Amino acid sequence: MNEIHYISHKMPYLPDGPCTGKLVVIEGTDGCGRTTQAFKLRQWLEVQGYGVIDTGWTRSKLVGEAITDLKKGHSLHRLTYCLMYATDLADRMEYQILPALRSGFIVLADRYIYTAIARGIARGADERWLRDLFGFAAVPDLVFYLRLGVQDLVPRVLESGKMNYWESGMDMNYGDDIYDSFIAYQGALIEQFDKMAGPEKFVTLDASQDPDVLQKQLRRVVGQYLQASPASAAAAVG
Amino acid sequence: MDGLTQPHHYPGRLIVVEGIDGSGKSTQLQLAMRYLQSRGFSTFFTEWNSADLVKAVTKKGKKKQTLTPLTFSLLHATDFAHRLVYSILPPLKAGMIVLSDRYIYTAFARDVVRGVDRQWARRMYSFAPRPDLALYFKVPIEVSVQRLVAGRAQLKDYEAGMDLHLASDKVSSFKIFQARILKEYQEIAQEYGLSEIDASQSIGHQQQIVRGLIDQMLESYQPAEQETMA
Repeated sequence: MNEIHYISHKMPYLPDGPCTGKLVVIEGTDGCGRTTQAFKLRQWLEVQGYGVIDTGWTRSKLVGEAITDLKKGHSLHRLTYCLMYATDLADRMEYQILPALRSGFIVLADRYIYTAIARGIARGADERWLRDLFGFAAVPDLVFYLRLGVQDLVPRVLESGKMNYWESGMDMNYGDDIYDSFIAYQGALIEQFDKMAGPEKFVTLDASQDPDVLQKQLRRVVGQYLQASPASAAAAVG
Repeated sequence: MDGLTQPHHYPGRLIVVEGIDGSGKSTQLQLAMRYLQSRGFSTFFTEWNSADLVKAVTKKGKKKQTLTPLTFSLLHATDFAHRLVYSILPPLKAGMIVLSDRYIYTAFARDVVRGVDRQWARRMYSFAPRPDLALYFKVPIEVSVQRLVAGRAQLKDYEAGMDLHLASDKVSSFKIFQARILKEYQEIAQEYGLSEIDASQSIGHQQQIVRGLIDQMLESYQPAEQETMA
């Protein structure tokens, strides 16, 4: 039986015990189609009878709203920015992710610690500190990295609306205007993801492909993984 | 980030006091501030838990009792980081003497007693500058309880560690909780070289020791030159 593994530090008060679920993470920059892919993957898994729970940044009951409010103001510093995101994940970890993993769900995370680490580094925070900070998080079973170059990203973001202040790293004075800032900031994030891909064993998929082809690739990898290590209690319906 | 283990390079000085509730540390810091001001130094006072960045969140979490040891710890760190950036670093960079009533060692002690990993907590706070003088007021638990009961009407739930379910009444819970914190402080004092002061002595006697340590620490200090109007 599997156990939950933690990035670096298991909090001593957390219970030990079997983990029958799986943590599947989908990472990638803004506008790479992550959310749509996660939604379709969830439907596909549910059709097969798997219990699925999804989670994502700023969805915690404790500080989700507070982060959204703080981002409207000007008081966030890179330290408090990173610490607030860590609090958000910690709350979801204890009330949502860990209980779900213990009861055999597939937890589908729309972004995870890698986004928080990349964003922190892009804001000048110390990498070692960031990795230690997020050390309380559960180690994922699968991490997909939907990779999209900055040049492919720009039209997608512009077609779906406009460039957002935080997604452009405007708090960091990265560039002259929002466009230059967006290019520099998203470029820095992609560079971080690319650097992590090898050591963190990301499954890197080309997000500039047709979305249906991309979804097929996701399903194939997830399907193979679940077949090789089937522990899920919510076992597939015959 | 090795802030905690290396001396900082700011022109100002950072003095912090630590100790369990009722150890008399706030009184001593107050007197030290008067002393520094009387010597003509520019001082800045700050205390643990005074930032407002996440005050509403912490309050909500405490009320609904949804805070876990981990989120409790993270929220306090967020609050401290905010205070560091906006209240502690500016006076330090301006060459002032910053006096802090409690510092990160309070978090180390409380968080670990609540069940957070010891090393994780230390690393999280590694962005904090090392104090130039850290005073630890050591007092037996009985003295602390006596002082608190005499001076305060009601203990608050989290102060008494009621979330740890150590005892059903606040005073008993407080005693067990503070005893554990005291034990943690002892380790911290050694690890980080805090200056230990016997807080069961008279106020005046303790202050004499405090001022002696301050004088020693200030030997290398050069106050920022004030522009004088002719």
